Amino acid sequence: MPAQELSEAGKYLAAAYGVFVALLLIYFSIMALKLSRMERQLTELNELAERGRDGETADDALEKERV
Amino acid sequence: MTYGKGLPGLAAATCLTLTTGFLLVAFYAPTDVDQGLIQKIFYLHVPLAIVTLGGFILGGILAIAYLRTGERVWDVRSYVAIHLSLVLGVAVLLTGAIWAKASWGVWWEWKEPTLVSFLIVFLLYATYQPLRFSIDDPERQSRYAAVFAITAGAFVPLNFLAVRLAEPLIHPRVFGAADSGMEGPMWLTFFVCLAGMTLLFMALWKYEMTSKNAAQQLRALRRRLADEAEARERRSAAPATTTS
Repeated sequence: MPAQELSEAGKYLAAAYGVFVALLLIYFSIMALKLSRMERQLTELNELAERGRDGETADDALEKERV
Repeated sequence: MTYGKGLPGLAAATCLTLTTGFLLVAFYAPTDVDQGLIQKIFYLHVPLAIVTLGGFILGGILAIAYLRTGERVWDVRSYVAIHLSLVLGVAVLLTGAIWAKASWGVWWEWKEPTLVSFLIVFLLYATYQPLRFSIDDPERQSRYAAVFAITAGAFVPLNFLAVRLAEPLIHPRVFGAADSGMEGPMWLTFFVCLAGMTLLFMALWKYEMTSKNAAQQLRALRRRLADEAEARERRSAAPATTTS
């Protein structure tokens, strides 16, 4: 096979496999975005739970005062 | 139910098999006498196409399970299978177009039944998500999506059969042909790549199911915490009863 033809074929071959890898990377980037959003939500929930625990302590204190 | 169990092992097996497959493509599979180096796109394009079509059929089977049981988890499983097949379908179309340009000099050939039939199946499934998300009621959304997935899933093998019976224009037919021109090492490379692509589909499916499951649990936790906070506020706002 002539070198010119081989390099031309090599370009197309690299493009095909490159497209596959690029699509996978795009997919993983989207999934990474979703994961970071989930992490943010988890932090929010953690804060909410923390506030809830503080709230319960206040309630308990009120209850004790009443008694 | 947790989907993350076994995912690291599956991901490792996928990486190993796909890497082995691509190494075989590069260093072991002989160069085709007819097409030369370009034929090596076959080891990527064909396994991708098989897994994509298999994924569409799987989506239909999982949708049947949803209609039989009424459990939403089957609907989510069906949705993820179809969603992933659509992503891989894009890769099939792009790698096919590159192969066509290198082999035939054109990016697309409208007279070739194999190409057009795959595009029809892809476009059919491209309407799945707009259809699904145009329905607000979750119950109806799942039911309609399941009916679509089953009908379209049944169309995939029928379409494949029709294409096999049709006269090919330029697209090569390898499977079932007596003179496929494929030697032993070529078949071995192909099967390793097919196994790798199947594992990739399974790993991505599991990965996305894990992500969806985690997101759903987060939503449930958020609702529970919000309800508890509301109840606490109501309790503290209520007039205190005095005991003597």
